[in-house]
Amino acid sequence: MSLQLTDITLTYPDGEDRLTALDRVTLDVPRGSLTAVVGPSGSGKSSLLAVAATLVTPDTGTVTIDGTTTTGMTRGDLTDLRRHKIGIVFQQPSLLASLTAAEQLQVMAHIDGRSPAGARGRAMDLLDAVGLADHAHRRPHQLSGGQRQRVNIARALMNDPTVLLVDEPTSALDQERGAAVIDLIARLTRRRATATVLVTHDRAHLTVADRIAEVHDGRLRLPAGAG
Amino acid sequence: MFVAWRDLKFAKGRFALMGTVIVLITLLVGLLSGLTAGLGRQNVSAITGLPVDRIAFDAPGDGQQLSYGDSTVTEEQWRRWAGTPGVTGAEPLGITMTRATAGARGAGVSVFGVEPGSRLAPDGDRITERAAVLSVPAADALGLGPGDAFTLAGQRLTVAAVQGDASFSHTPVIWAGLDVWRKTAPPTGDDGGPAARTATVIALNTTSGADVPAADQAAGTETVSRTDSLSAIGSYTSENGSLQLMRGLLFVISALVIGAFFTVWTVQRGSDIAVLKALGASTGHLLRDALGQAVVLLTGGTLLGTAVAAALGAVVAGSAVPFVLTPGTVLVPAAVTIVLGAVGAALAVRRITSVDPLTALGSAR
Ligand SMILES: Nc1ncnc2c1ncn2[C@@H]1O[C@H](COP(=O)(O)OP(=O)(O)OP(=O)(O)O)[C@@H](O)[C@H]1O
Ligand SMILES: [Mg+2]
Repeated sequence: MSLQLTDITLTYPDGEDRLTALDRVTLDVPRGSLTAVVGPSGSGKSSLLAVAATLVTPDTGTVTIDGTTTTGMTRGDLTDLRRHKIGIVFQQPSLLASLTAAEQLQVMAHIDGRSPAGARGRAMDLLDAVGLADHAHRRPHQLSGGQRQRVNIARALMNDPTVLLVDEPTSALDQERGAAVIDLIARLTRRRATATVLVTHDRAHLTVADRIAEVHDGRLRLPAGAG
Repeated sequence: MFVAWRDLKFAKGRFALMGTVIVLITLLVGLLSGLTAGLGRQNVSAITGLPVDRIAFDAPGDGQQLSYGDSTVTEEQWRRWAGTPGVTGAEPLGITMTRATAGARGAGVSVFGVEPGSRLAPDGDRITERAAVLSVPAADALGLGPGDAFTLAGQRLTVAAVQGDASFSHTPVIWAGLDVWRKTAPPTGDDGGPAARTATVIALNTTSGADVPAADQAAGTETVSRTDSLSAIGSYTSENGSLQLMRGLLFVISALVIGAFFTVWTVQRGSDIAVLKALGASTGHLLRDALGQAVVLLTGGTLLGTAVAAALGAVVAGSAVPFVLTPGTVLVPAAVTIVLGAVGAALAVRRITSVDPLTALGSAR
């Protein structure tokens, strides 16, 4: 198992009370598999992803990434863990305006204290893998929405993560391009053996998933017999 | 600096604007520094050039400040000082402003009266009751050379030598005998009659053994260090004070402008910072990059501004404009601008610390 969420409860302050965003959620995602998470708005999908990404600490429960339990880790340790083990594809355009497509990926080496120049080769390979080898020198404003999202995906894979977290990657794309992006994520999940969690609104995307988890009011329901 | 460099190039316009502001402020600071030093030198170089460590003034009345303009010391006072243990030199120095003329030319000068042979004046052993030593600016103003004759407040004198660039209260200095000086000085009230010998202050060389407060008490004087005595030059305190205030304000303004610029810049980059943090960039790493960027901009702008100030200074230094061009007047303000600017930028980019990487995730937040 590469991503394990065990008995996670997450609450947010809500006036006098607390709002339960995640209610005793348990989810195991093995490497090389894609788990789609669906559910109505406000049900807790993004919260689930944020917990898995170590960006919020749950009230109770444990998060285990590639065998490492995050409970009690310092903020600095969590940052290191994110850098080395977790790839995130954001819903929002999240590319840096001043960087070319290749540099968006090389940044990952830079923030890891390695030479960006030395990471150029890997960046080009990954851009090739998402079909953008010819666009390596373009800045975000010179790319289409779908191309940007593919750069986003390539960047998430740059440090060879164990866990790949994807939050509604197609919300800025039309149907056709959205489907292409989802296909790409599914392919890369298998080829690069990531434990992938894909949050989506679009039921059309679910065919590529190994299984589908439904969230309602903070409770996660897996199909009987799965994971 | 991977992202920071590219941001600098990508947002050229914004950074060029900010860089220009830094260049102009440093230029202003550099020119003001050179001018302050130049004006200061014109004001006090005759005093700072004296080979003594202390100056004794006639003790001023209650509530009055020491002043080169008001002090009058008597022969009794400087004899008393000369006899004080630990005092290796006590010489009278008379100071007054008057007019000197040579043929058709005239100039306002400061007359520094010393005992003939005194070591207070350059070439002091050539000073007599008929011959004076002129500073170079005084000789230039009057068009005089050694051996020429001139008139100082009605007294005919010859030029014994032309030495040094002493000036006092913005007028060039003429070193003359104490008796010549006394005839040029307006009579003071309490000089004990026309026969008494007086001067303005007593120039002292002391050793650590000298009990200065006791000697002041006995002689009725008030003694300060040579440097502290500069504030007794009326024009110097106000002039230097206002120039330094302007310079200080410019430093503060540049730090604030830089702080404001980087505050706005950091806020604009908020979502980039959140993304980088979510991707695993440490806060320390992001702070270093942001501060490095600020220092590059600051150093570039400051060096350019300082170079322009130095070039302008070199052009005007030869002319009538009092401008002192030394590493101290050029590089020190540049260094202060960079340091204060970096402090401003550091306070601004500090907000990187509080950016929550969670904001990078999801559309709801
Ligand atoms: N920072 C927060 N503070 C307080 N409440 C929050 C916070 N973030 C989310 N919530 C609440 O927690 C619940 C779950 O939110 P979450 O963002 O996980 O939903 P979601 O399933 O991703 O919804 P959507 O599909 O609209 O993105 C919602 O009721 C939301 O209002
Ligand atoms: Mg959401």
